[in-house]
Amino acid sequence: MERREFLRLSLTAAGGLGIAFHLPLARQPAAAAAAPFAPNAWLRIDPDNRITFVCPSNEMGQDVHTALATLVAEELEVPVASLVIEQAPAAAVYTNAMLGGQLTGGSTSVRDAWLKLRQAGAATRGLLLEAAGRTWKLDSKLLAASGGHVTGPGGKRLSYGALAATAASLPAPDLDKVALKSPSDFTQIGSPTQKRLDTPAKLRGDRLFGIDATQPGMVYAALAQSPVIGGTVQAVDDRKARAIPGVRAVVNIGDGVAVVADHFWTAKKARDALQVKWLVGAAGAVSNDSVARALELGTGKAAAIARESGDVASGLNQASRKLEARYELPMLAHVALEPMNCLALVANGTCDIWTSTQYPEGARAAAAARGGVKPESVRIHPQFIGGGFGRRLETDAIGQAAAIAKAVPGVPVKLIWTREDDTTHDYYRPASLHTLEGGLDKYGNLVALHHRMVSPSVTARAFPAFVKDGLDPFMTEGAANLTYAIPHFRTSTVIQDTGVRVGYWRSVSHALNAFAFESFMDELASAAGKDPVAFRLALLGSQPRQRAVLDKVAAMAGWGGPAGRDRALGVASMECYGTHVATVAEVRRQGDKLRCERIWVAVDPGIAVRPDQVQAQIVSGVITGLTGALKNRITIRDGQVQETNFHQFEPLRLAQAPRIDVAIVASGAGPGGMGEVGTPLVAPALANAVARLTGKRVRSLPFSAAGVNFG
Amino acid sequence: MLELKVNGASRQVDADGDTPLLWVLRDHLDMPGTKYGCGMALCGACTVHVDGQPVRSCVMPVAAVAGKSVTTIEGLDGKVGRAVRQAWEAVDVPQCGYCQPGQMMSATALLTRNPKPSEAEVTEAMNGNICRCGTYDRIRRAIGDASRILGG
Ligand code: FES
Ligand code: FES
Repeated sequence: MERREFLRLSLTAAGGLGIAFHLPLARQPAAAAAAPFAPNAWLRIDPDNRITFVCPSNEMGQDVHTALATLVAEELEVPVASLVIEQAPAAAVYTNAMLGGQLTGGSTSVRDAWLKLRQAGAATRGLLLEAAGRTWKLDSKLLAASGGHVTGPGGKRLSYGALAATAASLPAPDLDKVALKSPSDFTQIGSPTQKRLDTPAKLRGDRLFGIDATQPGMVYAALAQSPVIGGTVQAVDDRKARAIPGVRAVVNIGDGVAVVADHFWTAKKARDALQVKWLVGAAGAVSNDSVARALELGTGKAAAIARESGDVASGLNQASRKLEARYELPMLAHVALEPMNCLALVANGTCDIWTSTQYPEGARAAAAARGGVKPESVRIHPQFIGGGFGRRLETDAIGQAAAIAKAVPGVPVKLIWTREDDTTHDYYRPASLHTLEGGLDKYGNLVALHHRMVSPSVTARAFPAFVKDGLDPFMTEGAANLTYAIPHFRTSTVIQDTGVRVGYWRSVSHALNAFAFESFMDELASAAGKDPVAFRLALLGSQPRQRAVLDKVAAMAGWGGPAGRDRALGVASMECYGTHVATVAEVRRQGDKLRCERIWVAVDPGIAVRPDQVQAQIVSGVITGLTGALKNRITIRDGQVQETNFHQFEPLRLAQAPRIDVAIVASGAGPGGMGEVGTPLVAPALANAVARLTGKRVRSLPFSAAGVNFG
Repeated sequence: MLELKVNGASRQVDADGDTPLLWVLRDHLDMPGTKYGCGMALCGACTVHVDGQPVRSCVMPVAAVAGKSVTTIEGLDGKVGRAVRQAWEAVDVPQCGYCQPGQMMSATALLTRNPKPSEAEVTEAMNGNICRCGTYDRIRRAIGDASRILGG
């Protein structure tokens, strides 16, 4: 892919320097290319030396604001804490080149920005030096730039801000020729002590999240949606709702009926008083049984091969010992703590959207389509996200808010979903069914492995152009990049619709495939009579980074030490978003329940830009892994999701949170993804520990449904 | 009209008495720090203090707090409140941050009552506050640090 960006310099309104990337037109996504070029700066230096970094990625807790700002600050030679951080609006220049769109996901933000933002910082610093050289009529090589000032011989000193206007008049440098610092000279990248820049505001309870957004004259909306996702309004009786004081309007938007009122509580009460008849169609017949039947049907279909080596059929035939197993994963909801919401204003052919989104570009398209305005007349004002996990890649609530706002032009309307709306109208993590066959030679070496995954494809719905020859690249992650060298190996997928609306869920298919592969690896090790860590290490000869994290985590957990009757360890290992990770879980018996007491994780992200936040992300990922493995699942009956609130779908609480130890084994390679890496290995490591402790092999999640209860 | 005392100031509110305190704070009084997570007293995101006691404002009808003293994250102060904020900042507890006002209100109530809580007492006091981002290890650490700041 062409990764080259052009730098553009401009004089800002305040008389400062604006640094922007300009994408060659061919690189712009179609929707964005339609929009006129706006000189969106990445970096602005004002005459008063205020330096603003416009962050293209959305902050949802993953520390992306501080992490990306650190890349710029390192090369610009200013303390990151001195930067003002502004959230980028929707615009083509903010396209994430790894994803081909302006979205925050796939653990790509740092990887995408790694070169680009350091180059921007270094190029800007070069311009400021050059500007100072011209001002003082000195060779810029004699000057130094750091701490927001350029200094020269004889005590000469000018602030970056004072030089900004001159710098803006210089020719833009060629990004590829800009010299970058050597990693050994980094003072901010990799700093273990630099705090997050967004913490103080979060601790004050400032207005930060989409749900907090406000505009003068704002009113509120609550929405009745079809209990069966995809249903439409057939008839509405809104007499009771309209009789409630404070209700301003009742709006039928097709996929729902909104009540608009002066306050949210009034809107919600009136929403609950609506009587709506829904048209639901075939979706009304979907149930967990029908989902299971669909996946079963998929096992008989031709599979698309994602990776193959050797000849798996003959490898299995020639094996001295063959093993087969099936693994199943349930549907899950995202349950971010901030429920879906969106503030929209439609007026005079324009639409303004204030919302928490991972996908500003998609938000613009959704708002345009349902708000009845042109995409270029939509302004997206992205807010902090109160937990994303993939849910805020979807723009359903944004489209709904625009449709409601269109019915009350000139009035800003904030749509808020209740927790129940959020849990029952999610884009669920897809259910999946995995069949595995493995063959061992007479020495117990793994010589053949065949994996087939059957699951609905999120990508086929959300980004169909990415599905080619029956392969959804997001379904094969954690399988096609298996780190083990196995002479005969094949992994394949069958895309099988189940009638359920599916979405990307933190770590996407890594979590599905890792549960199958890493559980099965332990089954194979046990059949071979080998230690699970040694069995894996033997297959990692050509994977030094993977070996290093597995060795490290085994040492941390005291692998191979005395076990005891009531305690067992389980291990799992994988490559995930370019990062290598290995996990050990400790399970203890506690009366008739089990308890996950400790988790150890060793991770090699190449370079840890923000080590303290790498630790935080791993811990967060582990807790998410536990939330997804221990007891939660989505149940559908007559097309309706049965779980409504946290008593039925409960994020892990403090009492169940294990002690988590994280070791960063940074190999120095380019940075890998971070935000999702902690999640996928939790379930298999736990299942492997449970099998060693109790003899029971759990092949279907959640553990509670298999009769294995964690206290 | 209802008369409330919020963060030390008298506020007049024109809301139905059955409106949960949460929505009165957020929508009528324009104080967005107190968060909506579940509306069923299951997550703690909406925790405020009423006469010093931690309360889930999403299930507390505003009429029930008339004449009482309400403290929200915006007004969190005093010796314990400051220690909690200082510790939360030093440990960099928040990820998305959405749950944190509720976490800090619960932690402040705990430390006010018991400046030197045991691990089990921390678990009991904080287990009603969900953090979907999973910051529990840092919450424990910050409560320990705040306890030390308070000389506990
Ligand atoms: S919003 Fe009140 S406890 Fe969840
Ligand atoms: S920090 Fe995100 S929910 Fe707690």
